[in-house]
Parts: sequence; C-alpha cells; structure tokens
Amino acid sequence: MIPRRSVGGPWTKQEDMTKPKAIRRSMQCGFLCLAILVFVGSGDEAARFEHLGHQLMCICGCRQILLECNHVGCPDSDGMRNELMAAVSRGDSDSLVSQAFVQKYGPTVLAAPTNTGFNRTAWIVPFVALAFGLMTVVFIVRAWRNRPAPALAEGLFPVRGADLEPFRAQARKETEL
Amino acid sequence: MAQIGSYVLLLALALSAYSFLAGTIALVRRDHSSERMGETARRAGIATFVAVLLAAVVLVICAFQDNFSIAYIFHHSNRDLPAPYKFATLWSGQEGSLLFWSLLLAAYGFVLRLRYKTDPRLFAYASVVIAAVQVFFLLLLNFAAHPFAVMQGSLPSDGAGLNPLLQYPEMVIHPPMLYLGYVGFTVPFAFALAALIMKYPGEKWIHVTRRWTMVTWGFLTCGIFLGAHWAYSVLGWGGYWGWDPVENASLMPWLTGTAFLHSVMMQEKRGMLKVWNMWLVFATFWLAILGTFLTRSGIISSVHAFAQSSIGEWFGWFLIITFAAFLYFFLMNKSHLRSEHKLESLVSRESSFLFNNLLFVLACFTILWGTWFPKISELAQGHQVTVGAPFYNSVAIPVALLLLLLTALGPLLAWRKTSLESLKRNFLWPALGALAVGLVMMISGVRPWNDISYFYALMAAMLAALVSLTVISEFIRGGRVISGHSGQNLFASMVHLLHRNTRRYGGYIVHFGVAVLVIGILGTPFNREAEKEMGYGDKMSLGPYTLVCQSYTQEYNQNYSSEWAIINVLKGDKQIGTMYPERRFYKASQQAQTIPRIRSTPAEDLYLVYEGLNPDTGRPIIKAHLNPLVMWIWVGVWIVIVGTGVALIPNAQAVVRVPAPRLVESPAPVGASD
Repeated sequence: MIPRRSVGGPWTKQEDMTKPKAIRRSMQCGFLCLAILVFVGSGDEAARFEHLGHQLMCICGCRQILLECNHVGCPDSDGMRNELMAAVSRGDSDSLVSQAFVQKYGPTVLAAPTNTGFNRTAWIVPFVALAFGLMTVVFIVRAWRNRPAPALAEGLFPVRGADLEPFRAQARKETEL
Repeated sequence: MAQIGSYVLLLALALSAYSFLAGTIALVRRDHSSERMGETARRAGIATFVAVLLAAVVLVICAFQDNFSIAYIFHHSNRDLPAPYKFATLWSGQEGSLLFWSLLLAAYGFVLRLRYKTDPRLFAYASVVIAAVQVFFLLLLNFAAHPFAVMQGSLPSDGAGLNPLLQYPEMVIHPPMLYLGYVGFTVPFAFALAALIMKYPGEKWIHVTRRWTMVTWGFLTCGIFLGAHWAYSVLGWGGYWGWDPVENASLMPWLTGTAFLHSVMMQEKRGMLKVWNMWLVFATFWLAILGTFLTRSGIISSVHAFAQSSIGEWFGWFLIITFAAFLYFFLMNKSHLRSEHKLESLVSRESSFLFNNLLFVLACFTILWGTWFPKISELAQGHQVTVGAPFYNSVAIPVALLLLLLTALGPLLAWRKTSLESLKRNFLWPALGALAVGLVMMISGVRPWNDISYFYALMAAMLAALVSLTVISEFIRGGRVISGHSGQNLFASMVHLLHRNTRRYGGYIVHFGVAVLVIGILGTPFNREAEKEMGYGDKMSLGPYTLVCQSYTQEYNQNYSSEWAIINVLKGDKQIGTMYPERRFYKASQQAQTIPRIRSTPAEDLYLVYEGLNPDTGRPIIKAHLNPLVMWIWVGVWIVIVGTGVALIPNAQAVVRVPAPRLVESPAPVGASD
C-alpha cells in the first residue's frame, strides 16, 4: 500500500524550494508565448499573402478568388494583388487589409461574409439548422421508441432485451450473407 | 423549317394538355366510358413525345443547314462549327435547352406510358402528373422562349458562333447527362404524388420507382462530375469546383436524391418514414426546378451568365403552384402515411439512416442558404455580399466528414438493433486501419494543428480508409459464408455474393467509390502553383518537376486560330514528356479560350496553362499547378457509376440444392406407415 503523505510533509518543503524555479519557468513560458504571438503577428509574408489572397475576390466579374483569377490582361487582378502585397509587406493586420479592400471595392470583394452584424447569420443559421435537426431526430427516435407495441394474443408474452439475443444469433446464423 | 418546328410545338402542347385534362377526367369519373378516355389520354401522352422529338429534330437539321433565319441558330452556331457542336446546339442556349428538357420529359413519359400494364391505375395517375409538368414546359417553349423565333431584318451571312467554353468534347455529353438527371426526378415525384392522391396501399410505388430513381441519380452524378471535369480541363484555374450558384443548383437535388435512395429502404423494409420520403422526393423534384429558376432568372449572379433571361418569373410561378398542389394533397391524405413499426434501438440501421438523412438535408440546406444569402443580404442590408468557397469549405466540409463517418458505420449496423459486441467485432479492424492511415500521414508531415485544411485532409483520409475497409470487410465476411457453404474460392464467393444481392453490394461499391473520390479531394490543401514569363530555354521549377520552354507555335483552322507552347517536362535530369498548353481565338465569337494540358498520374496532376502574352513585355506567360491525387476523383466517379450499374442488375436467384430423389421400387400407399 502506498503511504499517504501529510500536507506538512517533505513535499511542501520541496515545493517551497522550487517556487522561484516555477516562477522563472512561468515567465519563460510567457515570453515564449509572446514571442510566438509576435512572430505569428508578423507572419510569413508569402503565407499571409496566399491566405488573404484566397479570402478576396477578383472584381472584374469573373467571380473567381483573387489569386485564382487567370485572365491575362484582367483589368483588376494585377492591381489588387499588388495592393495586397504592399499591405502585407507593411505589416497591416488581416482585418485592416480586409477593411481597406472593402472600402475601396465594396463588400462583394470579400469571398465570404464577415462575422459581424447581419452577415453573422450566414454562419450561424447552418449550425442552428443542425441543432434543430438533431433535436428533431432525437424527438422522433424517442417518440418511436415510446410507441406502444401491437397487442399480443392472450397467453403470449413478448421477448425483450437479453432474452432476444439467442433468437438474433440464430437469425444471423441463418440469414447472414 | 421554322414553321414546321413552330406548328409541331403547338401540336405537342395541345396533345399534352389533352393528355392532362382527359387523364384527370377519366380518373375522377371512374365509369366505363372514362376508361376509353383514359386510354386516349395515354396515347396523347405518347404522341406528345413524337411531336417534341420532331421539333428537336427540326432544330438540329436547321443547325446543320446553317439556317440563320432562326434567331436561336444564329446566336449559337456558325458555318465552320464542327458537326458534333452543331448537334450540341440543341442544348447550347436557353430555348434549345428547354426544348431538350421537354424532349427528355416526353421520353420518360413515353416509357412510363408504354409500361402502364404494371399497374394501370397508378401509372395513369403518374401519367397525368407528368403531362401537367409537360404542359408547363411546352407553354414556356411556345410563348416565352420560342426556339424557332425568326430573325428580324436582313439575313446574316454567318452565325455568332457557339460560346468557346462550350466547344469541348465533354460539353457535348455533360448537359444531356445533367438534364437526364434533373428531368428524371419528375418520374419518382409523379409516382409519389400519384400514390398520395390515390392513397395507394403498400409500398409498391416505391418498388416501381426504385430503378427510375437510381438511373436518374446515376445520370445526375455523371452530369455533375462531367461538369467538374470540364471545369478542370477547360477553365484553366486548376480547380474543378468553384461553388458557383449553378454548380450548387445541380448539387442540391443530388443531395436530397441521395437521401431519398437511403431512406426509401426504411419504407420498403420497415414501413417507416413514409411522410419523410414523400417530402424528400418532392423536394428533389422541386430543387431541380429551382436550380433551373436560379440559372435562368439571373436573380443570383453566376459565371454561367450565358443562360440568363427573363423566364425566371414562369419558373417562379411553377414552383409556387407545384408546392401548393403537393401541400394540398399531402394535407388531404396524410393519414394514409402512418409508420407501421417503431424504432427499437438507437444503435440500428434505421437510426443511421435517420442521421444520414439529416446530414444530407442539412448539407442541401446549407448550400441553398449560401446560394441565396447574397439576395437575402441585399434585402436586409441593402447590398449583396459574396458567398464563395471559404464559406462552403468552413460549413459544408464538417457535414461531409460526418456523412463519411456514417457511410462507414451504416453497413455495420443491423436492422432493428445491433449488439455492441457485434459492432465492436465488425468495427475493430477497419478502425485500426483508419488510425494507421492517420498515423502514416502525420509521420509523413501532415500537421493537423498547423492549418484547419490539413486537419480536414487528415480526417477525410482516415474516414475514407474506414469506409473502404468496412466495405472490403463486408465483402470478405459474406464471401467466407458462401465459400463455407459452396466450397468456392473467396473471390468467386464474393462475385456470387454480389449476384445474390446486387442492390446491397452495388451500394457498397458506390460507398467505396465515394471513399476513393474523397481521397482525390483531400489533396486540395497541398496544391502548389507557379507562374513565369517563359522565353525559349527558360526554366521553371514546381515540386519535383522542371519545366523547360522549348518553343512556341501557331496553328489555324476555319473555326479558330491557336497558339501553343511546347514545354519539356523534366523530373530530376530525366525528360519525362512534352506538354502543349494552348490558347485559342475563336473567329465567329471573337473570344479567346485557354486549353490547359494535364499530365495526370496517381500521385499528382501537372497542369499547365498558356495564359497568353504579357501586354507589357510581350513575353508568353505559363502558369503551372501541381495538384495532388486529383486522378482519384475521376476513378472514384467511375467506381460510383459501376456500383450504380451493379445495383440496377436484378438479383440472381439463390440455387437451392435439393438431394436427388431416390427411386422407390414398390411405393407404399401414402400414409400407410404413419
């Protein structure tokens, strides 16, 4: 049997001894997180350009994603790509880049609705529908399970639960393909 | 010729109207004389097919004769158009495609009316429903979108030509396949409505329509993927699905049709989901019409702008009328649709079908919602927003993954109730296999925590493996049982198994095809591309390939002039081929078109596009895409088609081996010894 250690035992002493170490470790973790955030914030420019370029539409009327527009001589896509590259090089945040494009080209320049205001309904409604659908299915399943079984003739008793298993096994054996 | 076409179309309208009215009166009156009237209605329906066929033939002849006095031929053909495209003129524009739609509907009606002896009364009702739909399309053709409208003013010497995007071999077969699918769903709808109106006893209408539905579903599947392959091969952006409203319009009835194919089994085997199936088959028909409304009305902007016109209002009214009519008959007769059995367990085939149907319908709703949201936004906020690929990828992919999970689990569940033990027994090896696939992918560098698309790819790969392994294990398990009885080898036993229950095992093949298709799609997050101005001898690297520009050349024919780039493809130091991306300029329509070249292997597609000359430097631009695993999409579709074909084959009768009777020399009188 493993002996239980008391609260004031040697572990407490050890905890006391390692406290500065723990603080130091926490600070290191904090710095690391900060560093990650800073690096993520500045990002790999090419990756950010790719990411943002796939969130924007070409406005020439081709209805293609900006970085997928393949019209040579397209009046808009080259200029838009250059603007995007400039914004990414400046280190503008994603939301700032999106805002600048919306201001210049209108809301249809974004390839998907934003998660603000009325546009949020675009994102919410499918999940509400999923929740509603799931609830409906659960309701139907419960209603069906609670439906009374047809009445049996006198002297017959329905077989249920584990008693059914031998019959099922027999049926499986005889019919399984 | 134009006059002949016009008269024949009017005749077809009169015949279909008679078929509808006389058929309805015959069914309502139900006396002796009404039988003869019903027979005339049936024959009028058959004659409608002949009349519409004649109209279509006249239009095709006009296209081959370069009869530019007909506006439709002028707008969609020209003298130098190759013969197959002249034939395809029939469905290349608005009026012609409506005529083609009407022709296919008449053809389906023709077959249905010939087979009326299967169940004369049910078929008579279904025939009336089809006649009603036919009347709508013929009204449209005669009064709103006349294919034989004549050009005003002086006759042009040549036509405006066919849209260059449509001058591709797949475009000759893609629309007919898609239309066969769209129109075909009218038949199960007609039978469903017929069964509802006449309170048809039992599930016979389901048996009658099962093959129709599967054939139709098969055509729609072919049509959708031919469209995807055409987009991949022609549009030059390196993708095959852009979530355009018109693409969505074809996907929606496919989703509800697939749900119906599954839930119909619940009705056949357990007498459940009768109301749901009624609505599902109606929704499929209705969504097919809604898709046409979307593409023709211009209410939602789409890249398929060539199909826009003012006939959307007609479709809008038709949608309202069909919905009202169906709702009326449903409310009148819904008591007839009560379920016969109860659900015994949540872990059963029945509940898996319920959840599968929920997900299919949810996927359909999500796509419908995304397609209409720009319009809803305009009404609510005063401006449209774009709902493109990022939205659908975020919302629809999780639903698709859940569906894939159910595709794997469903076949392992028994009807009524599945014991946990048997589920564990059947599920263990496939699940371990799927986990192994996930592990291999992560070891080879897929980091699901780096990007959500990698996470989806990993999940899709694991689930595709799970589906494949459950299908394989089902075949092996069944094959072993037969092998044990018959002594055949395992492969022969599995073939025997397939023949014994074509529908079930055909369905499993379809599931396997879907898993293979998913493997093709999951390569998308790993796509790479490069673009460069390439002069003679210039090089561009992409993945393991080095592309070296050898030369450029030009070619002319009567229909178009083209520029070709000749690009040598090297892998390492070894030349593995030469590719010829092309750019065409069509003379009649004065439009340019890229023709990408694709080097397809099981691992990846190398996809080259000659984008043309840089207007600033005058140097040619080559864009290269490296798209992993795309070939498996098309392989998966072929497997799905084969599976559908197998499921359509009637079951082979099980051979019962009875011991040969022994000859009894002096038979005792019967009962003598008992």
